Amino acid sequence: MSWLSKVRNSLSSLAKRDTPDNLWMKCPSCGEMLFAKDFEANLSVCPHCQHHGRIATQARFDLLLDAGYVVLPTPKVPENPLGFRDTKKYPDRLKAARAANPFPDALTNACGTVDGRKAVLGVQDFRFMGGSMGMAVGEAFVAGVERAIAENCAYVICTAAGGARMQEGILSLMQMPKTTVATRSLAAAGLPYIVILTDPTTGGVTASYAMLGDVQIAEPGALIGFAGQRVIQDTIREKLPDGFQRAEYLHAHGMVDMVVHRKDLKTTLATLLEYLERKDVA
Amino acid sequence: MISFLDFEKPVAELEMRIAELRATADGSDLDIEAEIRKLEKKSAALLASTYGKLSPWQKTQVARHPQRPHFVDYIRLSFTDFVPLGGDRLYGEDAAIIGGLAKLDGRKVMVIGHEKGHDTASRIKHNFGMAKPEGYRKAIRLMEMASKFGLPVVTLVDTAGAFPGVEAEERGQAEAIARSTEACLALAVPMVAAIVGEGGSGGAVAIASANKVLMLEHAVYSVISPEGASSILWRTPDKAADAATAMKVTAQDLLDLNVIDGIVPEPTGGAHRDPARTARALADALGRELAALETLDPAGLLSQREDRFLAIGSL
Repeated sequence: MSWLSKVRNSLSSLAKRDTPDNLWMKCPSCGEMLFAKDFEANLSVCPHCQHHGRIATQARFDLLLDAGYVVLPTPKVPENPLGFRDTKKYPDRLKAARAANPFPDALTNACGTVDGRKAVLGVQDFRFMGGSMGMAVGEAFVAGVERAIAENCAYVICTAAGGARMQEGILSLMQMPKTTVATRSLAAAGLPYIVILTDPTTGGVTASYAMLGDVQIAEPGALIGFAGQRVIQDTIREKLPDGFQRAEYLHAHGMVDMVVHRKDLKTTLATLLEYLERKDVA
Repeated sequence: MISFLDFEKPVAELEMRIAELRATADGSDLDIEAEIRKLEKKSAALLASTYGKLSPWQKTQVARHPQRPHFVDYIRLSFTDFVPLGGDRLYGEDAAIIGGLAKLDGRKVMVIGHEKGHDTASRIKHNFGMAKPEGYRKAIRLMEMASKFGLPVVTLVDTAGAFPGVEAEERGQAEAIARSTEACLALAVPMVAAIVGEGGSGGAVAIASANKVLMLEHAVYSVISPEGASSILWRTPDKAADAATAMKVTAQDLLDLNVIDGIVPEPTGGAHRDPARTARALADALGRELAALETLDPAGLLSQREDRFLAIGSL
């Protein structure tokens, strides 16, 4: 599935969930009927099959940070530097995404504490143009890391993206080295960089900052990979292995440290932050 | 024998006419000789005017021309004393990326690049220039070795993209690309990258995150192939030409966007019409960039490289 159709699907399910007369929803994984409010109260995890649904930025902040966190402003970047249009103008797509989302682009940072331990948390939201990495995402990532260095604390990122934002052409590709400059500066400062891979994380995002964490955590069942499944299928012309590019598959192949249930994410994160805390230089 | 691209058809027709006349002439018929010279002049002018205004999609086709010089040609024509170094020491040897020690006009360097192959057998051997994790991990190993021994790194980029396959994913294609990009950024020695054909997405940037990035005149560099962008954004395979234009994939566009630092001129009619001259121009351009970078100390090289990429997308 292309990132675009994924966005479309996620948007339509979102719209359904938001409609008041749609109190019930079907788990996309096991097909069980769920009371929408119960599903949300269960961190958008299906109580029957443990399918982890996609959650929005705000819900991520609330899940992982203690109350009282501060959402950081999204840095401004040049808009539509290529004057791009496909079937629609890029600025129109941006406008539509902004109307449907609370934040101005796909990556938002917050500064706060995780069970009392300071951290800057970045969250990528798949609902904003498939979480795609353009200049705004690259610049926000760099800003998040800079803030973590200024606060002398860890940078934690929850990734979710179909890949680079094609409407920004080569400039989106250049965010791969750009964000890598940032992870290197965090390492040089001796600060932890923790990646939480959520569904889905693919393309240029996976091939840059999403794979460079000191510790790599994945949510159960999350799709994580470089190439899209359809592209691979077209190349090899055979059935893909069961569970291919899922979190558990990556764990089995040594690409992530652990697969952690959403309800345990915060305590896991807090434990890691405790261990990897920067020792004060005497 | 040059194989002609679709848009070169008028030139191809003229060339065919010239060849026919040559076959019939015995050297004594002055009228035919004059006609041949006239047609040759016309053909050269037509080639020059065609190549003077190539569309982004036409450039994409030139960049992918089956006879375009590849890594092995540049090793032969731009470099001397090449010592190939193989293997990632982790899994295997990936012939889609070749690397080793070489001399560029006497200057010792580490040269790394994609190789697409030139016929069916070699294309299969080199996997059409689409590298797997072991290819990128070999590049990392060679870059780190270069840094250790103070050898500047030169990369020649020419790939449709990293290989999309099950085993590549299994062995961590994304991680290998990310680490290779990181290795470029960590180099304490000068690094110059040249996009000589196709610069395809992450598979290209993994060995192109350099102090200076050059492009051959008709090379292309993009986040996704025009065909890929067409099928995702336009939902049809027929809009590749529009996608190539919209994405700004040409050397001239990327110079304007400050994504590259210089353009290496190609002979009229593209690199494949005169590989030796192209290779000479490339060697000269690489040498100039390396000489300028050699004035920087390791810290200066690192910060120049970091600032170069941090600036992209900042207001």
